[in-house]
Amino acid sequence: MPENRPLLHATAVTKTFPGTVALDGVDFTLHSGEVHALLGENGAGKSTLIKCLTGAYRRDGGEILLDGRPIDPRDTLEAQTLGIGTVYQEVNLLPNLSVAENLCLGHQPTRFGMISSRAMSRSARQTLAQYGLEIDVTRNLDTYSVAVQQVVAIARAVSLSGKVLILDEPTASLDALEVRMLFDVVRALKERGLGIVFISHFLDQVFEISDRITVLRNGKLVGTQAIAEIDRTRLVNLMLGRELEQETRESGRTDRPEGEAMIRFRDFGRGGRIAPFDLDIHAGEVVGVAGLLGSGRTETAETLFGVTPHDSGAASDAGKPLHLGSPRDAIAGGFGFCPEDRKSDGIIGDLSVRENIVLALQARRGWTKPVPAREQAAMADEFIRRLDIRTPDAEKPVGLLSGGNQQKVMLARWLATNPRFLILDEPTRGIDVGAHAEIIRLIEELCARGMALLVISSELDELVAYSHRVIVVRDRHHVAELVGAEITTNNMVAAIAADREAAL
Amino acid sequence: MTAAKAILRRVAPQLLTLAAVLGLIALVHPGFFDVSIANGRLYGSAIDILNRGAPVALLAIGMTLVIATRGIDLSVGAVMAISGAVAAAAITSGIGLVPTLALALVTGIACGLWNGLLVAVLGIQPIVATLILMVAGRGIAQLITEGAILTFNHKGLIFFGSGAFLGIPMPVLIWLAAGLLVTLVVRRSALGMLIEAIGVNLRASTLAGINARVLLIAVYMTSGLCAALAGVIAAADIKGADANNAGLWLELDAILAVVVGGTSLLGGRFSIIASLIGAMIIQAVNTGILLSGFPPEFNLIIKAAIILVILVLQSPTVRTTLAFFRRDKASAEAKAETVIQ
Ligand SMILES: Nc1ncnc2c1ncn2[C@@H]1O[C@H](COP(=O)(O)OP(=O)(O)OP(=O)(O)O)[C@@H](O)[C@H]1O
Ligand SMILES: [Mg+2]
Repeated sequence: MPENRPLLHATAVTKTFPGTVALDGVDFTLHSGEVHALLGENGAGKSTLIKCLTGAYRRDGGEILLDGRPIDPRDTLEAQTLGIGTVYQEVNLLPNLSVAENLCLGHQPTRFGMISSRAMSRSARQTLAQYGLEIDVTRNLDTYSVAVQQVVAIARAVSLSGKVLILDEPTASLDALEVRMLFDVVRALKERGLGIVFISHFLDQVFEISDRITVLRNGKLVGTQAIAEIDRTRLVNLMLGRELEQETRESGRTDRPEGEAMIRFRDFGRGGRIAPFDLDIHAGEVVGVAGLLGSGRTETAETLFGVTPHDSGAASDAGKPLHLGSPRDAIAGGFGFCPEDRKSDGIIGDLSVRENIVLALQARRGWTKPVPAREQAAMADEFIRRLDIRTPDAEKPVGLLSGGNQQKVMLARWLATNPRFLILDEPTRGIDVGAHAEIIRLIEELCARGMALLVISSELDELVAYSHRVIVVRDRHHVAELVGAEITTNNMVAAIAADREAAL
Repeated sequence: MTAAKAILRRVAPQLLTLAAVLGLIALVHPGFFDVSIANGRLYGSAIDILNRGAPVALLAIGMTLVIATRGIDLSVGAVMAISGAVAAAAITSGIGLVPTLALALVTGIACGLWNGLLVAVLGIQPIVATLILMVAGRGIAQLITEGAILTFNHKGLIFFGSGAFLGIPMPVLIWLAAGLLVTLVVRRSALGMLIEAIGVNLRASTLAGINARVLLIAVYMTSGLCAALAGVIAAADIKGADANNAGLWLELDAILAVVVGGTSLLGGRFSIIASLIGAMIIQAVNTGILLSGFPPEFNLIIKAAIILVILVLQSPTVRTTLAFFRRDKASAEAKAETVIQ
């Protein structure tokens, strides 16, 4: 049970950015031995609050007490020495150092004053084993997927946090098993009396792990409550400030379009990434892709889009061969691809929201035919309105937007090209409950207008909600295809569990 | 009009710096701004800065684009020497002015193509890729001039170094025209945005369908072309090609001009106009030191010190600190006002 004196006590924290009041007098208390969820829409100010607490941003006003003493960390390093470990929303490690070095940076084990790389690798392996991760820790971090990088970031923060652990959307790219392991670690830390701040848009996880919640909306504190005193509908209400009407579906859609396939892939594969598969894409159809991380989902998408061009098989478009040797070829063929790792593959951080939205369209038109300034502005404004992108204006650098809003800008970039076939890799990652429903509605709307979509998602309910067909990927093979009424979470879980057993 | 305002806001720090440097020179050297006309050409210290600054200004144009893609071109000084040598050799062989100019410029473009291929196709880091030509280039130039200073006496070619049109020295006209032309091409088309995009995030840009490889090669070729123009002007100015000294260390001045112009070495947002002003700032510092009559052995140290001050004033940390003080002052004033009320 929480003690009387809070572990971390922040009062009236205020932070303003040009054009935005990101935090407006927010109070926040964290007791030791509690998991405190911080909730709110995209752009509500969650990450900003964290960054003010850990000194990543200078706050404009407010006071922070740790153990009753005022603190004012100047940077994250100082926060770490005070015992606050943080995993920021955008993984913040050094991609060209090894996994072990990333884990041990700043506190490397030494022998006779020299860094002992053997000891470092050993301790790194032990640390990661707690999360069920057995990888070669001497390889560079950037050779691993976002999920692995996320686990490494978490492991590092956990090992650094003596009093407070802050996790900003740590589970966005983890699969169910990894989430379970993370929660085991979190519970153990809680037992040891740490205070844990947890940010997530997955409400199931929030209800599972947290003791109390604090909700922010538009930079203001809405309230703090014990989780036992609140239900899901009420929570969503607090976050959005309105009701969320959401229909749930039991099984996949059965109104699958008939007739000839628009694009056919035969024996399509890439050695070492994805085994050859056959795939037919019909206009007006949503094909879901389910599978564990690293099972070949992203590899499928990247091969289809020519990022890692196929080395077997062929694609055809209404009987005519379709050349897919590069993203440019794919785009010329009417494809679009919204990648999973938005920071490294998606956004152009320093360019404005407007430029990020027109970029793919502009690249397709060629440099000699610039999209007229007025059209650019109109296009940006339209998507900002349609996707409810929270930004003061279209000229703000996209890197300064909140994570979920960056994701929406990525979607806008591809919708602006009006593709025939749109590949979405985890389109709802980091998106709040309200926007989540919006994006599912958008997928249905696009498909009703005759666009074909291939959507990769770890959220099985979501796949059920919009898919006509679901492909299950296992060990870099397409192993099962569920159609219409066969698409249920249970069936998918069964296919994926089979995958686990097969793998073990 | 808003576009003009945006440009003005972008280059304001550079303009202020230039004004400060010029003001300082005028203090120690009255009559600095005097301009006279002789032989149909303007003369004066201020004109001299515009004129002497031409090679660095030209190099800075190409360098800005290269740096915007997150690259760097160390070879421009050597390329100047090569194309100067080619121009001198061609004109002395008597093939005429136009073929000579064409040959020199094509040589520069070819050098840029080489750099571009190394960077964009082989994926070699720009600093290493262009270092190759930086080192080898001077050797190539020496081969062309056969180790001596290759002089020429062709009026037409010399005109590009010391001639004037409507009173304005040719080098000034050339760098102004080149700067204007490249700016227009880059900003009126989508090139500017595409270059900035690949500079910020190459992988994401490629995934968005930008043909980064071709764009990179084109950018290095532009840099080569600008270097060739600078090389021709430098050769025409001394009526000869000096493989050892033409363009020596100018790549560093060009990089400095871009940095003083506020374009980040990390790529992305760029401004050619700001780089050109940066080039003039550097030239003004050079000329100022000469005019002030310091012993020449102090020149480099003074120059370094002045540039250090300029860069420190432009550094983000100092800027935020200044903004902080300004805000503090503003809020203090606001408080004072309420007290008065
Ligand atoms: N460095 C910055 N400069 C300018 N504005 C910023 C900056 N960082 C955040 N903002 C703005 O502050 C607001 C709050 O952003 P924040 O990242 O805290 O949102 P969030 O609640 O974490 O959202 P999400 O769920 O999407 O991650 C947003 O409107 C964002 O655009
Ligand atoms: Mg956030």
